[in-house]
Amino acid sequence: MRVPMVRAVASTHLKGLFKTRDYWVPLIILAGIFFIVVPLILLNVVQRVDRTPLMNQVADIIGTLPAAIQDNIQGETGGTRAAYAFAVYLLAPIAIVVPLTISSAVGANAIVGEREKGTGEFLAHSPLSLQEIYVGKLFAAFIPGYMATLVGFAIYALIVNVVVGPNVGGWFFPTTGWWLLIFWVVPPFILIALSLILRLSARVRSAASAHQASTLVTLPVIIMSYAAASGLIYSPTISALFIGIVAWALAIFLLLTGSRSLKRERLLGVASEA
Amino acid sequence: MQDAIRFTSVSKAFGTVSALTDFEFHAPSGSITVLLGPNGAGKTTSVRLCTGAMTPDFGEIRVLGLDPGRDGELVRRRTGVVPPKPAFYDQLTGWENLEFAARIFEADAQSAREAAERFAIDDALDQEVAGYSTGMRTRLALARSVIHDPEVLLLDEPTAGLDPEASRAVLDLIRELAGKGRTIVMCTHLLHEAEGIADQVVLIDHGHARAVGSPDSLAKRYIADPIVIFDAENRSSLDMLEGRDGVLRMNRNGHIEVALDDLDRLPDLVSALVGAGARLTRVEPINPSLEDLYFEMQRQHREGAAS
Repeated sequence: MRVPMVRAVASTHLKGLFKTRDYWVPLIILAGIFFIVVPLILLNVVQRVDRTPLMNQVADIIGTLPAAIQDNIQGETGGTRAAYAFAVYLLAPIAIVVPLTISSAVGANAIVGEREKGTGEFLAHSPLSLQEIYVGKLFAAFIPGYMATLVGFAIYALIVNVVVGPNVGGWFFPTTGWWLLIFWVVPPFILIALSLILRLSARVRSAASAHQASTLVTLPVIIMSYAAASGLIYSPTISALFIGIVAWALAIFLLLTGSRSLKRERLLGVASEA
Repeated sequence: MQDAIRFTSVSKAFGTVSALTDFEFHAPSGSITVLLGPNGAGKTTSVRLCTGAMTPDFGEIRVLGLDPGRDGELVRRRTGVVPPKPAFYDQLTGWENLEFAARIFEADAQSAREAAERFAIDDALDQEVAGYSTGMRTRLALARSVIHDPEVLLLDEPTAGLDPEASRAVLDLIRELAGKGRTIVMCTHLLHEAEGIADQVVLIDHGHARAVGSPDSLAKRYIADPIVIFDAENRSSLDMLEGRDGVLRMNRNGHIEVALDDLDRLPDLVSALVGAGARLTRVEPINPSLEDLYFEMQRQHREGAAS
């Protein structure tokens, strides 16, 4: 597999995506809602309202967390403690949901889209290997989702520190668990989901079918990664190491075997077994 | 001359539909071969098999001495293809599309520029392809196909959707490329397009190669009796042709159309007429057009199948 070829496939796909306003505007809105709007509103509201039914519910949720976690929650007032818990423990899944949603939308269309547009014929007649096409498309789908997560994560960290930080003795975010989540656990989970979605994209007959089928993959991966993210945040070192190793191993295996689902005849749209 | 492409007993089916059956053809290096046949005859499948984009169910294919099924990457590096409906990344500019092709064919940017100039699309390279006309897309597809200076060029209906002027320009460019030693295989269902460009014609029908050969050799094979038009200042002087050796029939139509058993008889006939005092104003052997050939071959095959 030649890296420049993978880069050529991925960068051309990305160039096309970013020239399509219909693609990147919803992407920014989605990331903005999850990483900026929701945390901003939630953390401000939670800190300001005390002794309300909402706060009682939040206190109940915090009460269900393991004792060790509860000891880590900082803040003097109930509102501050609730905001801290939200910021560090309860909003972790957004780091998974956002990239998976964005990347799966790109991935579902990646191969079947080539076929529908007719550009698959050009790729089929090109000297690119199937692995180069597959991995190139995979990175083209991975990069927007993960970039949105990194940018969103940076903004989220800023919001958390600005809103909650002054009440807990200064900037405290990201915690170790979040660093590990973003850089060690999220990437393989996106790759796992994408390698499965690209297999579907290589087999189905239309982009609509690919989008439909991708939800079958995305949902279980979101649930699995939600659980992993929660476990990781609660117990950063051991969980992160274990979850990360398993997820990376699975991602690498799926990446290496994924290109087998791609056939030149499928790029042409004539594979009888599709 | 060595064969750049050779198909030996190639069969390919899609489910229950047979696209090619025992298909045989060879394209000599540096020649223009026209695959001629109606839509659905198997022309596009043949092109796709050449690059290894598809693999045959049976039979053997060699392109530049290589097996596209096994050495596909090597074959595709040395082959350029223009598909029947050239597709591009429409949000990208013409230049970005060419640049992508240059990267994956490991050609440099200068080659991409030159290819665009050759097909007169260089002025539009900064525009998004979405705004291109059919003619511009075809020219861009042709430019993309030669970026890496391929030894074999496979053109599938390269003039589809083009106006006559643009079609002629494309055909001229094909001739020019063949003149430079490139092997060209062109698929078309347009008889007039193949006329005058083909070194070799392969008539495909229902996945079979019905006839293969140069237009001349096919004419000899399928249109047995050559026709010569005679005219003279005094037309009655041509009556002496009747009954002469080699003259099969005469048809008076203002001038006289004479069917001969062999065109080699013509010099003797002209000598005889001149010797008898005929003042000839026209002696014109009629070369059957590809259209004549095509329909004659179709007719003979239908009759052959019926009997």
